[in-house]
Amino acid sequence: MTAAAQINGFAIDAQNLTRRFGSFIAVDHITFDVKTGEVFGFLGANGAGKTTAIKMLVGLLAPSEGVAHVAGFDVHSQREQIRRNIGYMSQRFSLYADLTVRENIRLYGGIYGLPPAHIEERTKLMLDTLGLATNADDLVGKLPLGWKQKLAFSVALLHEPKIVFLDEPTGGVDPITRRQFWELIYAAAARGTTVFVTTHYMDEAEYCDRISIMVDGKIAALGTPTELKERFGADSVDDVFVRLARGAKKGEAA
Amino acid sequence: MSNAVELRSLSKSFEKVKALDDVSFDVAEGELFGLVGPDGAGKTTLFRILTTLLVPDKGSATVCGLDVVKDLWAIRSRVGYMPGGFALYPDLSVAENLEFFAAVFGTTVEKGYELIAPIYRQIEPFKDRRAEALSGGMKQKLALSCALVHRPDILLLDEPTTGVDAVSRREFWDQLGNLKASGLTIVVSTPYMDEALRCDRVALIHSGKILEIDPPGAVGRRYPLPLLSVTGGERFELLRALREFPEAHAVYLFGDELHYTDKRAEVSAQAIAAEVQEYLAQRGHTDAQVAPISAGIEDSFMELMGGAPPPTAAAA
Repeated sequence: MTAAAQINGFAIDAQNLTRRFGSFIAVDHITFDVKTGEVFGFLGANGAGKTTAIKMLVGLLAPSEGVAHVAGFDVHSQREQIRRNIGYMSQRFSLYADLTVRENIRLYGGIYGLPPAHIEERTKLMLDTLGLATNADDLVGKLPLGWKQKLAFSVALLHEPKIVFLDEPTGGVDPITRRQFWELIYAAAARGTTVFVTTHYMDEAEYCDRISIMVDGKIAALGTPTELKERFGADSVDDVFVRLARGAKKGEAA
Repeated sequence: MSNAVELRSLSKSFEKVKALDDVSFDVAEGELFGLVGPDGAGKTTLFRILTTLLVPDKGSATVCGLDVVKDLWAIRSRVGYMPGGFALYPDLSVAENLEFFAAVFGTTVEKGYELIAPIYRQIEPFKDRRAEALSGGMKQKLALSCALVHRPDILLLDEPTTGVDAVSRREFWDQLGNLKASGLTIVVSTPYMDEALRCDRVALIHSGKILEIDPPGAVGRRYPLPLLSVTGGERFELLRALREFPEAHAVYLFGDELHYTDKRAEVSAQAIAAEVQEYLAQRGHTDAQVAPISAGIEDSFMELMGGAPPPTAAAA
């Protein structure tokens, strides 16, 4: 399966993936795949089960049922390999506020086991690309939010993972910075990195190649933004989302 | 109609950062006024001054006709404030949070119940649950109930919809509409540009400065340059091609479209559309569709922020 998944061009392949907490089914038999190099938007209301699903995919939580392969590795038995082959950026940032930009890059390079010369080279490239060269020795905590987000994204890509998971990466920043962030996403996808992203900004859902919308632990819709809009006769993904998510009760009661 | 809020040349700095830089505007009584801008724009500093929690460096501010420096105790009972992140007591239950806020203002939940009922009833079935165990949407409803329980004259809401999903956000704005209809003045901040459409007037704020204040429908009308929508084809490629067009002023992703702004204010958008269409066809984007459009709030915001983005992002 490992080899087959890669040959088939799937970065993620999930079948009936399920997670229970006691009698509560947070993720309820979800089946989907994400193609290599795809920008995949993983949408859902608060409490729909997104975070639980992501935790299973990144190897932080064991599924109760079902199978899934991420970067070709089994989420049941190869969680360590998965963690080494993915990048992850959460809305709370993975960077250390009291280390400088350069120190953060060096720290993560070390954690990922990159050789020092390679880290040096990647640091220079990253600083130039992000326009942060003159801020290399600034504390990350002092940087504007948008810069932190771009830096966190680049650091998540430092070890050249096959897939990067972005959990609400653009919350709170101005509309120009949000768009710059999406251009970084497109650039990474163009280099072959698969991008798995969650967002509450429905216009950003339109930037994805395909999106899924989770409602009450299930995937209620999956397709390209255009397909979904046509299927629901809606003007925007926002409309599709609201139609599907309204009436979902489990999340609120949870 | 008198003004619920009056700001005159308000400034506030923290060390080197100018959080608010010469801000002046009025909010009319009964108005639903939106403050739209990203993190760090100065929204929270403004709310803290209006709620008398911070003293301005320069300028003056009144709320309900009361001065924020001299009349702070009088203001505090007139204002309902919902801070960012909701600021509930996590280890108190839903009912206890509400009772606490009522008690602080020397009133009771019963006296404020009529006003909060449409919101509070939705979470009342969970009244014994600790606030920390609530979902984002429920926390938001509880925080709004707590801000309203003492029947304030003005409601100040700092990013009440941040981190809340699209459905809860819509419902929240429906509730604000109802509260406004009851005569309450509401000042609400948001980083979501689309929410500005629900306000009577919006102030676009960035880096401590007010960029524009207008009714939401009027914001785009001041857009100074021809604006086109471009669709079809591979978006990232199309974006790059458009950025290389010599007359391009700014090119942005925009939902399922790209928005292209031309430098030439004097040329008709129709003529520019034809020109851009031909340019794209020459570059191999034969299925691209180009059409003039009118600007929305987000277009205006980006233009007012300073137009063209730095080259860092696209170069990667």
